[in-house]
Amino acid sequence: MEWLQIVWFFLIVLLLAGYSILDGFDLGVGVLFPYLSRTDGDRRVLFNAIGPFWDGNEVWLITAGGALFAAFPPVYATVFSGFYLALMLVLFALIFRAVSLEFWSHDPRRRVIWNWAFVLGSFLPALLYGVALGNLIQGIPLDIRRDFSGDFFTLLRPFPLACGVLGLAAFALQGGTFTALKSEGDLRERARSAILFAGWVFLVLLLSTLVLGVVAVPDAADRPLIWLFAAGTLILWHLTLRATRRGQDGRAFLLSSFVHIGLWALVATVMFPVLVRALGDPDLSLTVFNASSSRLTLTVMLGIALVGMPLVVGYTIFAYRVFRGKVKPGIN
Amino acid sequence: MDGVLLARIQFAFTVGFHFIFPPTTFGLTLVILIVESLYLRTKSTIYKSLSDFLVKILALVFVLGTATGIVMEFSFGNNWAEYSRFVGDIFGAPLAAEGVFAFFLESVFLGVLVFGRERVSQGVYWLSSFLVFFGAHLSGLWIIIANSWMQTPAGFKIEGGRAVLTDFWRAAFNASTVERYVHTVVGGWITGTLLVAGIAAWYLLRRRDGEYARPLLRIATVCFIATALLQFATGHASSVQVAKTQPEKMAAFEALWKTQKGAPLPLFGIPDEKAEKTHFLIEIPKLLSFLVYGDFSAEMKGLKDFPEEERPPVLLSFASYHIMFFLGAWFALLSLVGLYLLMRKRLFETRWYLYGLLFSVPLPYLANEFGWIAAEVGRQPWAVYHVMKTSEAVSRVVPAGQIVFSLAVFALIYTLLFVVFLKILFRIVRKGPAQVPAPGY
Repeated sequence: MEWLQIVWFFLIVLLLAGYSILDGFDLGVGVLFPYLSRTDGDRRVLFNAIGPFWDGNEVWLITAGGALFAAFPPVYATVFSGFYLALMLVLFALIFRAVSLEFWSHDPRRRVIWNWAFVLGSFLPALLYGVALGNLIQGIPLDIRRDFSGDFFTLLRPFPLACGVLGLAAFALQGGTFTALKSEGDLRERARSAILFAGWVFLVLLLSTLVLGVVAVPDAADRPLIWLFAAGTLILWHLTLRATRRGQDGRAFLLSSFVHIGLWALVATVMFPVLVRALGDPDLSLTVFNASSSRLTLTVMLGIALVGMPLVVGYTIFAYRVFRGKVKPGIN
Repeated sequence: MDGVLLARIQFAFTVGFHFIFPPTTFGLTLVILIVESLYLRTKSTIYKSLSDFLVKILALVFVLGTATGIVMEFSFGNNWAEYSRFVGDIFGAPLAAEGVFAFFLESVFLGVLVFGRERVSQGVYWLSSFLVFFGAHLSGLWIIIANSWMQTPAGFKIEGGRAVLTDFWRAAFNASTVERYVHTVVGGWITGTLLVAGIAAWYLLRRRDGEYARPLLRIATVCFIATALLQFATGHASSVQVAKTQPEKMAAFEALWKTQKGAPLPLFGIPDEKAEKTHFLIEIPKLLSFLVYGDFSAEMKGLKDFPEEERPPVLLSFASYHIMFFLGAWFALLSLVGLYLLMRKRLFETRWYLYGLLFSVPLPYLANEFGWIAAEVGRQPWAVYHVMKTSEAVSRVVPAGQIVFSLAVFALIYTLLFVVFLKILFRIVRKGPAQVPAPGY
């Protein structure tokens, strides 16, 4: 039983990492959109660059949500009811974001509105994911039934907020490197300068989040792997910026994706085996051991994942190959 | 207002809106697959343009479906945390499986359909249209599995205050899964094919794009005729299944108050729950018993035999079920007339029939919604039939004010989206299949 619970902890981290790498680049395009795009031509290039992919990318979130529900129902229940307002904001944002590209294209008279729907619809989730995660890492007040007992403002502590902005910078990095890879000329130049700017913001935030984290999570500093992964992420960050300066767009995008993996490795290290840390009374924390589904369900789910995910990865790679190369302005 | 009612209103509103789009996708992907197959065989550019045209509509429908669908997955944790804790061991798996097996497939290959016409071979493009069709229908299967488990739960035991899975296949393919899935899918085919038929009819009525509209109308009408007639069989199977597995739900559908041999089939009436009788009743004697059991004198259980607090709301169940039924009858009539005109080769010239198709386009949406309302209201007061009450399922920590706030915002956003959706749909249709722009935004 134990190994299944541990496997599911890492599978969910993997799904979330997949989401942050893949949907990360189209969220990041949205975050950087006001800076990157000067003309409707630029906007069309950016939309066509993410057009074939964003929907499939969002399925990583849907699958991670479903997997969390199936493998750790009490965690899903506590987090989704506890973070009610924050998640509603994420939902409203994702709704607008989903329709904004299609509406932008077909409704030219209201382009400005759909333009900003895309920007805000990307910005809010990109920020709030980190805030939510930061709260789970630092811990939230839980009552005896393991329901969230704080309020909306409990969620706005310094460490979670720092995590939020760090996530925003990481998504911007991902969006910038993707844009540089898919575009040419001025747009690509702007993407490269955006990467360098987001990169430095990222560095400052990573360091301050680490410092805040050591204070906020008492036993975090005792886990040596944290320092290893932190160092690894810093090296990857450095290599991403170096590749960008050298004009190696493909490599920069790949390295930025590894930065995301580094961040998720940090999250997994600091959390395991806890999924929701309870402030005050650690016995109330939801862990992989006290909050999992039955052995049968975890086994069935593992079967589903082992059969299904290789197929998903396979045809996702196929689709990215179909649409490889620069997006030309005017035509797709 | 209490939190349970608010959470129910929010859930009903957000699912009800979402449920406009997936059934459309079922029918649209079916027509696209047929048109693509014809293109593959005949190499006629008419079919290529028609497919490109329908893919534009599908892309629009699909983003609305995605945007509103993600709300549904979150909602169990947001508003129904106690439900999630209680049934998560069983209920989460189909939702996760939907993502892994179906939604990825549908999304990735829809990307190929929308953007990839010039980038993949004709064969791969056809395969993509098949995989989108397949993914959409597989996605529906997992959702119906989850919902059917709430109607006729199986393959579990109660342990430590929660439902624990004991047999995955029995839970997935429980007593109602197959009947409800087939009925829902065929409902979707009616919806999507009538939408396409209505669009094609509009072109013919406006005397434009005839060379596109005629083949499109023929394909869509043939599909519509077949599916509307088929729906009588699946609807019958679904009702028999309900009568056998959820007798109080069937009793509410038909406002059957007293247990009786040779139960009548009511055609019209206004059930009165206080007086436990139905006003203005028009009924066909003994027919209900015959339809369910093939025996005019078979006994059927009436509502009075169930404790008052375990009866579903009768008026709403009865009305929704009957509206759905009469809409189904209208589709059957429409399809029989269509069949006659098709055989007499007068389909394209019979303008009153083309108007009939066009004005019937919204009706399958109503039929879907009322069918769904009947199914879910008829399950009350249970969230999981005879296992967990809806009132025990709600999140305990979400303040009513926050539900009201989010409900108001949902109402606002969805109204806006719906208006823009219709405007863009009309715009795509007005542009027509003759001049579909190149792939891309």
